[in-house]
Amino acid sequence: MTFLTPLFCPEGGHFALALACALAFMQGILPLIGLRHADSPLTALTRPLALSQCLALLFAWACLIIASLGDDFSLKLIAETSAINKPWAYKIAGLWGNHEGSLLLWVTLLSLWCAGLALLPGQSAARPARLPARLRARLLALLGLVGAGFQLFCLTTSNPFLRLWPVPADGMGMNPLLQDPGLAVHPPLLYGGYVGFAVPFAFAISTLLEGRADALWARYMRPWVISAWALLTLGITLGSWWSYSVLGWGGYWFWDPVENAALIPWLTGTALLHSVLVVEKRNLLQGWCLLLALTTFAFSLSGTFLVRSGILNSVHAFANDPTRGLFILGLLGLYGGGSLLLFAIRAPALPAPQTGFSPLSREGALLLNNILLCTLCAVVLTGTLYPPFMQLLFGRTLSVGKPFFDATTIPLTLPLLAVMGAGMALPWRQARTDRLLPRLAPALLITAVSILPAFWLFPTPLAASAALLALWVISAALCDLILRLHALPQGNRQLHRLPRSLWAASLAHIGVGVTILGLCGMAGSQERLIEARPGTHTTLSGRDWELTTLTARHGPNFEAVEAHLTIRQHDAHGPLLAELKPQIRLFPQQGQRTLHVAILHRPLEDLYAALGSVKEEHDPQGQSHYTAILRLHENPLASWIWLGGIIMALGGVLHLLPARQRLTRTAGTTS
Amino acid sequence: MKLTRRHLLAALPALGAAGLGAGFIRMLHGLDQGHFDPRAINTPLTGQPVPDFPTLPSLPDRPGLSRGDFQTVKQPVLLSIWASWCLPCMEEIPFLHQLAASLADATAPLALWGLCYKDQPTSAARWLDRAGHPFSRLGMDQDGQAAIDWGVSGVPETFLIMPDPQVGGRIVWHGTGSLTETAYQAHILPHLERRP
Repeated sequence: MTFLTPLFCPEGGHFALALACALAFMQGILPLIGLRHADSPLTALTRPLALSQCLALLFAWACLIIASLGDDFSLKLIAETSAINKPWAYKIAGLWGNHEGSLLLWVTLLSLWCAGLALLPGQSAARPARLPARLRARLLALLGLVGAGFQLFCLTTSNPFLRLWPVPADGMGMNPLLQDPGLAVHPPLLYGGYVGFAVPFAFAISTLLEGRADALWARYMRPWVISAWALLTLGITLGSWWSYSVLGWGGYWFWDPVENAALIPWLTGTALLHSVLVVEKRNLLQGWCLLLALTTFAFSLSGTFLVRSGILNSVHAFANDPTRGLFILGLLGLYGGGSLLLFAIRAPALPAPQTGFSPLSREGALLLNNILLCTLCAVVLTGTLYPPFMQLLFGRTLSVGKPFFDATTIPLTLPLLAVMGAGMALPWRQARTDRLLPRLAPALLITAVSILPAFWLFPTPLAASAALLALWVISAALCDLILRLHALPQGNRQLHRLPRSLWAASLAHIGVGVTILGLCGMAGSQERLIEARPGTHTTLSGRDWELTTLTARHGPNFEAVEAHLTIRQHDAHGPLLAELKPQIRLFPQQGQRTLHVAILHRPLEDLYAALGSVKEEHDPQGQSHYTAILRLHENPLASWIWLGGIIMALGGVLHLLPARQRLTRTAGTTS
Repeated sequence: MKLTRRHLLAALPALGAAGLGAGFIRMLHGLDQGHFDPRAINTPLTGQPVPDFPTLPSLPDRPGLSRGDFQTVKQPVLLSIWASWCLPCMEEIPFLHQLAASLADATAPLALWGLCYKDQPTSAARWLDRAGHPFSRLGMDQDGQAAIDWGVSGVPETFLIMPDPQVGGRIVWHGTGSLTETAYQAHILPHLERRP
């Protein structure tokens, strides 16, 4: 490493960050001047500026990573979050597990999105459907301005390259809870999604500034919405997976304010994903769609603000600092508030819809989808902001938790699922009931046949009804695919001839169905909290769980006790089903205890064990006995929750894959 | 330019955002000055009368819990919010059991009641069998509605309620996390000793 040190030293990284900030300002200002003239060389500068800004930030990352791997505790960030004995993978991934590093990740991801926008082949005479050069320059300029503000924030209040004097011999170590492989990918994916919504945001601002009447912008914007949405979906899925498998509480979603801060833009982003279709196909709902694009990014920014300002009481606590909070609030006011102000001024001048539309049509279903998703979003937003505002206005502290969210979100989700199933079968403009019913009949039949089994299999009527609706969504998506395949001309009935967008939408809907089925299954999870000595047998969900031994283990930077559990089918003499080895780990450096959960994933259930604590007792003979407190779960369909999230994101990815020329032609003739 | 309904509608999001922004500024200011702390789960209802909450059933053959019980009871009540699925609740069993044993006679200075939060009756019963039934009254809050009324943020939590004939019981102390001997002596005993 030493030969790299002179070039990639922390000061080099600091300089690169400052350079990137200057480049971002130039990327933001120069094209806006250039665009006033027909063919200015200033406009042509946008793409190289975006690329060099991205390179400068990647250089800053290289410096930070080299410093972290080389245990340079003269950097404040590394001294506070790393230690010599920390595994090397966490020396890299741990860099974005704190305020400064994650903010650097935020701006770097934004610059990567800009680089992607800059590198994408532009419009030409042969490819009129691609992004026009002037629109691209304006988008990059707007994104440059967003990036510049946050890089300035990074430089002035949250500089990751600050030095520390005197230099400590060893660092303070990282929060043990974060020492999980999920940390390597969860923040980049989640932030990639958050930041990705900056691109639709820039589209919306550009459209409002231009005041265009056509709906071309919707077509250009759609792939960007889908890619940001797919990343955000994956990020949330992974976060939920992390809380299930790492926190050891046995749950997958806690309605924690920070979880909600990710869910809110996901809900508006999903609404945007659907309303942009209506703009593209029918040129309706223009203003609404623009508003969604603005608010989705504004909510992403608010999430960043709320997490880092210390206003919300959450498990994702970054060191809170009101000065930083005020800076981000300023940025939020500038970008979020400014854009909404622009909307207030320019939106009334947008062309009013000339054609009315029938409720029984694709656009009608999409509108209903938008209404329900936005109501859901409003409910989650209320539940999240209610406690701090109650305290501010009335001085009362209280907590809004699962009961509130269950009581409010479930009644909104059920109709949403019902509409989802029917929506894909509806044609644009006006559906005819005599044609609609035969289209939906197979899915209806499948759902109807499953009513009795569902009520028998699922623990509560609510879970059974939700599972039925999920089944309805899945079967409607599959039946729709099959019916459309049959509608193709005789010799062409191959699956790959169906339009890519149809596949993508079906896959995403199936993903939602699978997730909902997982949630319903989890409603019937069984758990037992036991106090056990080695040799104890417990029965849970018709299995025999035996605690065989308790063993001490040594990790690289922790000490652990491992419980060895043997699970047998039926009773203590049944066939062996699984062996689980949950641990309780003590990290002496932080004096912190973490649970290392053991999970066996099976297709229809998860067997889950957490070791809560171990007590030592002495009997009169002076011998010591160890007693463990264990939490055992049988979680039906648990892995479906995250499987569904992955399927949804795959739907998004499928949509983005470049379609072959022949395929697009087929798509043109069938839709 | 004529102001139309469209203008008003389009201005709504900006107005909403401005309202939220103003609130956030106040909160940041409060954080800075130290009079706004969202992390302090400080006694949502301390000093307040017992909240209105739905009458709760108990497990079979045991007395349930209603707001009226707080009006008729003569001694102070220690209300423990727990659930069979919570690890820290398990850690507080030995102390609760010890406390219940010391309160066995009717003239005891304190009544120990329980509110079981979002739990299955069968699991709760199993838990109580192991814990040695420390609670003289028990409410099963299966849908978590009563917990909302009490402003509960998690399990375990403990409330100390003093009898107050005018309002039917007043909450004087509230704690989160497992109740320990130390916490009992530091926070609860002083209240009991202050009683005439």
